[in-house]
Amino acid sequence: MKTARIFPRIVPRLSPHLALLPMALTALVAYLGAALWTLRISLTGSRTFPSGQFIGLAQYQRLFDNERWMLSLHNLALYGVLFVAACLVIGFLLAVFIDQRVRGEGLFRTVFLYPYAMSFVATGLVWQWLLSPGDGIDGAVRALGFAGFRLDWIVRQDLVMYTVVVATVWQAAGLVMALMLAGLRGVDPDIWKAARLDGIPAWRVYTRIVLPMLWPTVATVLLLLSTAVVKLYDAVVAMTQGGPGTASEVPTKFIMDHLFLRSNVGLASAGAVVLLVPVLALLAPYAYARTRKEAA
Amino acid sequence: MLGAGRTALRTWLCSLCACACAALGAGAQAAQAATTAQAGPRAEVIHWWTSGGESAAVKQVARAYRGAGGAWIDTAIAGGDQSRAVTINRIIGGKPPTAAQFNTSKQFLDIIEEDLLNDVDDIARRDGWDRMLPQPIIDVIKVKGHWYAAPMNIHMQTWLWYSKAAFARAGIAREPRSVDELFIALDKLRAAGLVPLAHGGQAWQESILFSLMLSNLGGRDLYLRVIRDREPAAIRSAAFRRVLLAYKRLRGYVDPAAPGRNWNDATAMVIQGRAGIQVMGDWAKGEFTAAGQMPERDYGCLPGLSPTSPYLVQGDVFVFPKTDDPAALGAQKLVARVVADPGVQLAFNRLKGSIPVRPDVDLGQLDACARKGMAIVRDRARPLGVMEIYLTPDRNGALQDVLTAYWNTAMPVERAQDGIASALRY
Repeated sequence: MKTARIFPRIVPRLSPHLALLPMALTALVAYLGAALWTLRISLTGSRTFPSGQFIGLAQYQRLFDNERWMLSLHNLALYGVLFVAACLVIGFLLAVFIDQRVRGEGLFRTVFLYPYAMSFVATGLVWQWLLSPGDGIDGAVRALGFAGFRLDWIVRQDLVMYTVVVATVWQAAGLVMALMLAGLRGVDPDIWKAARLDGIPAWRVYTRIVLPMLWPTVATVLLLLSTAVVKLYDAVVAMTQGGPGTASEVPTKFIMDHLFLRSNVGLASAGAVVLLVPVLALLAPYAYARTRKEAA
Repeated sequence: MLGAGRTALRTWLCSLCACACAALGAGAQAAQAATTAQAGPRAEVIHWWTSGGESAAVKQVARAYRGAGGAWIDTAIAGGDQSRAVTINRIIGGKPPTAAQFNTSKQFLDIIEEDLLNDVDDIARRDGWDRMLPQPIIDVIKVKGHWYAAPMNIHMQTWLWYSKAAFARAGIAREPRSVDELFIALDKLRAAGLVPLAHGGQAWQESILFSLMLSNLGGRDLYLRVIRDREPAAIRSAAFRRVLLAYKRLRGYVDPAAPGRNWNDATAMVIQGRAGIQVMGDWAKGEFTAAGQMPERDYGCLPGLSPTSPYLVQGDVFVFPKTDDPAALGAQKLVARVVADPGVQLAFNRLKGSIPVRPDVDLGQLDACARKGMAIVRDRARPLGVMEIYLTPDRNGALQDVLTAYWNTAMPVERAQDGIASALRY
């Protein structure tokens, strides 16, 4: 009798928590647990197998003494800035373009979003073919009669990172466009009417009024793009394999190489922990802003 | 502590390779269904011999195993890294295969030290491996007096393959017999309008060019002092600097489209006579054969630049993960016995392009290049291991990183020396 009375009151309050439990467990065990486990391994001298032999911060010392790792970090920073900026600008411009109620909007939307349906591996391979000197774009333009044309960025030490940026921006800009377009469509038409009455040029409305209103969308896009930056791996493997030489190496590739190919789980874990730092640095302000907003 | 570590790693890695395992499982089950009627030892063998010639070669081993009354379950996984990762994950997960392929190297040293492999001491003693095998191979498969792997073949990494047609066009009368003569030949090839050196710009292929220079120009002693002993003084020596400079000098003979090229595409350049020379392991021979070319008629194979130059050996072995199950143990013993059989050695290596590990096979059945190799291996002073035989996988990788960066950038030679010293320090 007693349980029957308590039951109807508790169940409704409990059920959402019960429904969330699998996800919460996944997050705790798979993400937090794995992160802590990685941190622990990074303090050991593990090679092929995880070992319990603690060696302090020696793996980190070795990591930062490694030229390829330092170059990888440098490449990632360069890539991150260019990729995020280019995606935002191009995505926003595409969204604005489509927002002009152009004819065949559905077609353009599909075309721009299509690359996003492709995996980074496929994107990387396609662009590798397009950019490889001798054939691809290089060969095609020369076959058209421009004998002096040369497009060899992908085999150039100083320019290869930009080819990775181009390929991945091509892939991801469509998603940014879709999100931005959704944001633009959410802007109150009355604002446009008022601006038109006041004779304000459209570009100023976009930059001064609409863009600030889109801030939550921009924040979401930034978060998505930033995680894509840190995860950058498959596009590089498919396009350049980190080459020529080590010119397009990225941290995730360093970690994967050491995890399996080079049988050094300890060093790989140290790399993964170091890579977690910028992710947290990106997430912290975001989470902070969210809690402030909720409190207000 | 270690036990707990393994369990956690197991869950982690298992989820990683769940898809792979599922795919493999389906194949294995089908094979199992076909062979359950047959009694006798059942061996599941993981390997990465998946290309045309390679899979034809491993079929010879499988056939011999079936002929000896066993059931061979073939688990071929494309890509050495992938295949080794699956093997290690399955060992950690407690469901190891009967036998698994590794390169003749330090790749499986950690597994031996964790006491996860069975030894093959009885067959090693029966065949007298101590006297029969080249020292570099003994060095990696014999640990603390026990033999932990059955060698399948010997590859030599730094063969010079050259196009007879290209040499004729460039007016090169005879094979180069020193590093200086090699550069003269390369100059002549360039003057004839050919690509002198066919090269694929990937880190491991650059390491091969470096190995050629270190073994032929530096010589045996310097090679061992740098690669085996990792002696800082040797790395900073003037002799080693000369090796690095000669290695870098080769870059001037490579075409601009080389970066990222696969090794077989570079071999194709030699086959077509567009390029003069390629430095590559003896697996390249398969490409010439597939194109219908004959050694000593269409192309030449040079195992080194002098009659005393080191012969850099590597190869493949089978290891046998630890098990107490008598049936599995019997299956492992049979694999080791079949692999060591002279007939199987010959059949496998003729298709694979490598040479047998046993010197007592019928030489008449091998091609001209393989016969040269067999003659050299008999001279116990000439075989040396490739870098992976002396270096752990991560040291070898770190060395490759420096070598490829030095090759591809304007890095001064002194900085390359520092980089190599630092790569080999840890």
